[in-house]
Amino acid sequence: MRIQKTAVLLSSTAAAALVLVTGCSASGDGSDSTGDASSTVTVEDPWVKAADEGMTSSFGLVENAGEADVTLVAVESAIAEDIELHQTSDDGSGAMSMEEKQGGFTITAGDSLDLAPGGDHIMFMDIDGPLQAGDTVDLTLVFSDDSRLDYEASIRDFAGADESYGDEESHGHEGHEDHDGQESEDDHADHDLGDGDDS
Amino acid sequence: MTALSRRGMLLGGAAAGAGFAALTACTPRPDEQLEDALLDVGSDTVPFFGEHQAGIATKPQAFATFAALTLRDDADADAIRRMLQVLTDDASRLTQGRGALADTEPELAVTPARLTVTLGFGPALVRRVAGASAVPTWLKPLPAFGIDELEDRWTGGDLLLHVAADDQVTVAHAVRMLLKTARATAVPTWRQSGFRRSRGSEEPGTTMRNLFGQVDGTVNLRPGDDDFASGVWSEEGWLKGGTSCVLRRIRMDLDGWDRLDTPGRDQAMGRRQSDGAPLTGEHEFDEPDFEAMGPHGFPVIPDFSHIARARGDDPRPTMLRRSYNYDDDTVGARDGEITDAGLLFLAYQRDVDEGFVPVQRRLDELDLLNQWTTPVGSAVFAIPPGCQEGGFIGDTLF
Repeated sequence: MRIQKTAVLLSSTAAAALVLVTGCSASGDGSDSTGDASSTVTVEDPWVKAADEGMTSSFGLVENAGEADVTLVAVESAIAEDIELHQTSDDGSGAMSMEEKQGGFTITAGDSLDLAPGGDHIMFMDIDGPLQAGDTVDLTLVFSDDSRLDYEASIRDFAGADESYGDEESHGHEGHEDHDGQESEDDHADHDLGDGDDS
Repeated sequence: MTALSRRGMLLGGAAAGAGFAALTACTPRPDEQLEDALLDVGSDTVPFFGEHQAGIATKPQAFATFAALTLRDDADADAIRRMLQVLTDDASRLTQGRGALADTEPELAVTPARLTVTLGFGPALVRRVAGASAVPTWLKPLPAFGIDELEDRWTGGDLLLHVAADDQVTVAHAVRMLLKTARATAVPTWRQSGFRRSRGSEEPGTTMRNLFGQVDGTVNLRPGDDDFASGVWSEEGWLKGGTSCVLRRIRMDLDGWDRLDTPGRDQAMGRRQSDGAPLTGEHEFDEPDFEAMGPHGFPVIPDFSHIARARGDDPRPTMLRRSYNYDDDTVGARDGEITDAGLLFLAYQRDVDEGFVPVQRRLDELDLLNQWTTPVGSAVFAIPPGCQEGGFIGDTLF
């Protein structure tokens, strides 16, 4: 599903304007706008990993259909105060490590940013949970020109994308390859956040 | 590779100077045409959204898996709604050849092969969502029949996932994805898989044969016939546009059947095994003549035969039969048996008490075939109507 949410521009110099988009947005009215980063960006198949509490992450394909590069600098949501853009990279030892992406993600014109488990992603600290599969989360992408893109992400149960931060030394949380998702029947709602037990 | 891309490559070769390739491209060899047609089998899709759920009026796919789940004790109406929304979203993507959201193996989804996902509700699910008054009168265990030897491991269920496609890998992936989605709310209780002829193995529309060798399902409601909609689709309340599903696991004693020679088999059925024609006819779809007498003064179609007993006073079919063969491993089978095979008998009708039950009562009283067939599993589900984009399967119940 391609989500093209109505983008609300909150630039200090421009009056709030609605950009005409289609898809799952609640309203399709508004005037066309060009030149703002959010007006050329869409998020395809956005989702958030279900979690009761602690940390979780969000994914989706962020596409820049415009003719200018855009830079995603922040994400805002009511589910957490502390939200970071994370990149995942090979730390040289073969294990993957993640860290906050300083300066945000620049998406060149016509390109896209694939936010995916084991790769770059949006990271939520200390969520106001529970986030249950089947519900949705409202998210806002904030770009370097202060334009914003509101969209709705679906919550899904997911065994991977463990955010093992309970132990600060257990970075490399995305690197394990043997996670088979075989949670026991009874702890299905416990997504092992923060316990680092299977890193 | 599609026909277009292969020929495109060949034409590319021609442009580069390989003249013979262009000739080949204009007249694809028969085996290439066959390959192209076979690839169409994998890419074919069945629409997901609509008035009715897919997988019922759909021409039966080659492979089907039926998985029954039991709701967790703490699964309330809200949890069930969330599960159904995600199951719907998963199904809407998978059936169109796309991975589900959060699908860890989307590569397995790109061959839809007419995948359909059909959800069914047991009485407990309906009750938990909308109260006892929402449970149709027929949504309950079937009456106990004398021939039944039901085993718990094939019986009942709160939620049915019926997943079918012309490719077994596609089915396996979809089932796995849907079970993962349901896991927080419902746990698997039984799972049964069946098969028919593969697509392309025989003429489309050929009546299936069961593992007794019999043509099985000649008298049937057929999509497009005048009586199909009234016989299958419910008009009642939240179920309007839906139907009911009876799933009977019928064990077939192939070892015992081996001892019966062709005339005996034909008499037990009332039809010839060779071509499915009634014993009074020449072709499969000839109307049986139950009055016709043989030279010794007995009916040509014996009174105890399956088709004589199955037929009620009204000869018109009262259900859509859409069965699958099963042939499972024999670990734990009875002494000396080399086969555990049978039929996943699927019947869809507006009302179970008008469709399946009267027929089964007659067969329970007398049917020579009962000597070789034993129902060992039984389940009844309400099949909610289809949904439109933005809705979800079962939304009329909420």
